[in-house]
Amino acid sequence: MLSTQENAIIIEDLKKSFKNLEVLKGVDLTVRRGNILALLGPNGAGKTTIIRILSTLLHPDNGNVFVNGFDIKTQPQEVRRSIGLTGQFADVDEYLTGLENLLMMGKLYHLSRSVITRRTEELLKKFDLTEAARRPVKTYSGGMRRKLDLAASLIAYPPIVFLDEPTSSLDPRSRLNVWETIKKLLNDGVTVLLTTQHLEEADFLADTIAVINDGRIIAEDTPGRLKSRVGKERLELVIKRQDDFERAVTVITGNDLSHNSAEKTVSLAIENGVNEIQGVLNQLAESGIEVDTLTLRKPTLDDVFMHFTGLKPDEGRNEAA
Amino acid sequence: MNSQLVYKKAYWMAGDVWVLIVRSIKHIYKNYDQLLGLTIQPIMFMLLFRYVFGGAIVVDTGTYVNFLMAGILVQGLAFGSLTTSFSIATDLQRGIIDRLKTLPIASWAVMMGHVTGDLVRNGLQAFILISMGILVGFQPTASALEWIVIAVLIVLFTLAISWIAAIMGLLAKTIESVSWLGFLVIFPLSFASSAFVPTETMPAPLRVFAENQPFTHVIEAIRALTLNRPVGNHLWMALVWCFGIILVSIPIAGYLFRRHGGR
Repeated sequence: MLSTQENAIIIEDLKKSFKNLEVLKGVDLTVRRGNILALLGPNGAGKTTIIRILSTLLHPDNGNVFVNGFDIKTQPQEVRRSIGLTGQFADVDEYLTGLENLLMMGKLYHLSRSVITRRTEELLKKFDLTEAARRPVKTYSGGMRRKLDLAASLIAYPPIVFLDEPTSSLDPRSRLNVWETIKKLLNDGVTVLLTTQHLEEADFLADTIAVINDGRIIAEDTPGRLKSRVGKERLELVIKRQDDFERAVTVITGNDLSHNSAEKTVSLAIENGVNEIQGVLNQLAESGIEVDTLTLRKPTLDDVFMHFTGLKPDEGRNEAA
Repeated sequence: MNSQLVYKKAYWMAGDVWVLIVRSIKHIYKNYDQLLGLTIQPIMFMLLFRYVFGGAIVVDTGTYVNFLMAGILVQGLAFGSLTTSFSIATDLQRGIIDRLKTLPIASWAVMMGHVTGDLVRNGLQAFILISMGILVGFQPTASALEWIVIAVLIVLFTLAISWIAAIMGLLAKTIESVSWLGFLVIFPLSFASSAFVPTETMPAPLRVFAENQPFTHVIEAIRALTLNRPVGNHLWMALVWCFGIILVSIPIAGYLFRRHGGR
């Protein structure tokens, strides 16, 4: 039995099926108090199902789940008092103003009038929404809306916050803005479980990344170590001629090698920068293989998946859950 | 559970319901497009029937506008009550109900909020419609007591349709499907009734339906009360129908609400 003192969230052998579809196939996961854990995975991997179970919206078929030390099956009301929920399937009221939304949430958490006033002001200020506070939410930009949503989930000082794809469908600038807002939560000692499809997001925000695919956690590590397993950067080469491509596959050596014969591409992890790239190019030059284009890019979720499963994310099961 | 805890829980629950009622009432004036649409439509219908069709319709209530008022009122209230289905379907799609379910509150309070919001809006709408009616020649002769009975009928009828609308909102897969679902139910009930024309000229099967369905009873009761005519059994039948619908639809709505979200 894991300690509920140290761990804000404990999930043991969690299983859940919808009709004949097994969405969670035995998930084990713990989040230490005050940490941010990112659940990284493609659509249909089971991320949202986990959040829905943790926030008492769904009953699990099997397994033990403790949130803030409370059993979700037998103490759902205590769990609800310990959590804040933001994201894909939680939203604010667009006809009310930002301020009215926060006041309403505060009242529904049965906070006292003075606490609501103080907390509302504090959150509006913290999330840069003070000026927009008296405008209806339907006039807000996507990023402002997400921030208000986040503020609404924090109104009752929950020790644990769930963020379900907090930046999905936001433009890059709003995304950065929301990220910085989430980072601020850490200073308050809040435990955060967030789901995302972007390695970059998990990397920026999380202390720990758990990679989920097809209802199972397939890797769990710090962002730094996880990335070093996939390679700091990836070199992608497009070979000019088809017969050269086949030779190139045998000639090139390196970590996390992958290739695609239809597109005549070879890609590999680069750990030591320029020297390593030079080495690869030399190997090819010696064998007389011509390279069409060369790109160096940051590893993506796809690369993480290739590394741990040998599959591209969309080659896995494609269920919407 | 000790009595103090029970008291505290009841206090919180009443508070939660109140907070969500206030939210729905705010929607009335913040979403004024909707209020405007809901008020203008019956006014247009009233003018259409009063001035375009009215002259060709023979009634036994003196002027046609005296006959028309109750029908326009009940049809307007019925369409107004459908707002509950929009509000609930919207809350479900947007995830507001999911968020409320993760709060330590009784989540059905949100349905109470929408139904009560409808009631306030319909009260407002009834007042506007009757005032407009008087402007175009409606001459009610109801006493104060009769007006009170009419108000009670308006409240009960609104509640009955709102709870049916709540069920439709919970069953609808999309916000769009709510609109034709409501239309499909309210349109035949309000036109195949004595709302706009006496039922005597309708073909036999339709006439049997029209004379025995709840809308006609509510319309006839209000018509008789406003014009100082004998109410017959319409008032009692209207009350029985409204109470019956409310008693049956609340538990169904409650069941559907709990079931929602795969619980």
